[in-house]
Amino acid sequence: MNERKDMKGFLEFVYEFYKSMKAHEITLVYEGEITHQITKAFTSLTESSMAKEAEAGTVQRKVFHVMVECLQNISKHADDFTTENYLFSGRGIFLVSKGDDEYSVTTGNAVDNDRIEELTDILQTINKMDKEELKQLYKIQMKEGRLSNKGGAGLGFIDIKRKTGKELEYHFLPISDDTSFFLLTSTIPRDFK
Amino acid sequence: METIKIQGTEDTPRIILDAENEILEIAGRSLPEDVTSFYEPVLNWLAEYEENPNEKTVFNFKLTYFNTASSKMLLDILMKLEEMYENGNDVLIRWHYPEDDEDMGEAGEEYSDIVDVPFEQVSYPG
Repeated sequence: MNERKDMKGFLEFVYEFYKSMKAHEITLVYEGEITHQITKAFTSLTESSMAKEAEAGTVQRKVFHVMVECLQNISKHADDFTTENYLFSGRGIFLVSKGDDEYSVTTGNAVDNDRIEELTDILQTINKMDKEELKQLYKIQMKEGRLSNKGGAGLGFIDIKRKTGKELEYHFLPISDDTSFFLLTSTIPRDFK
Repeated sequence: METIKIQGTEDTPRIILDAENEILEIAGRSLPEDVTSFYEPVLNWLAEYEENPNEKTVFNFKLTYFNTASSKMLLDILMKLEEMYENGNDVLIRWHYPEDDEDMGEAGEEYSDIVDVPFEQVSYPG
């Protein structure tokens, strides 16, 4: 009998979850390992749904850019973790939502606490920069980081800010003494022509 | 010289490096899983081509999308071509972009600022 009750509770939770997704206009949600295959699947899924809804070409391209950079941020930095954190490596949550005026792409993944300062620095710097400053920074990073396979410090972040013209929202929530959950949201306005 | 022909996929560009027929191009989308190993053959090919290049070298970029990791590899390719130009060879870069894609046009402009090599922007109907 108990099992049945649990199942009912679970199914009710699923319905609440569904309603909550609808309320937040979430069109895609994923938790798990983020690989290149996942990146390809999600970008093509979102692409075809945007095409079906006749979203402007510019908006489609910008959403695609942001999704790829966000997903690759997680999948490429998997090896930044020490062995005791291996469970978090390359894993995370990924959400896409679509409102009347904008799309937003959110990622969440565990990071070592000693990376918080570096990430905050990069994001604050990028958020403060104007178009021209971002362009110069991108050029410098591209030239200097040529030998790194990871995309360099913040190249993806710079690109997102440049393509969307919007500040990157971020937040760190404590998981344990050593790790935090790093949340990042990028917004793509739907009025690009 | 050996010809390189790589079919494009949804995440990797089509690449043709054919010295005999004077076709050098990278076209399509570039977000390979491992950018370094994907572009390595291109850089190796250019290193060999540089030893004995054609009278005129026209390299066509006709990308519709590239990620930030690819942007560095594209710069490596452009710098190789710049090197050839600096060594007295006749080199031209043609950067093709869809006319409705401002970002791709701007990306070409930026590369032309970084490398010192004749650079032509060509827009085509998107």
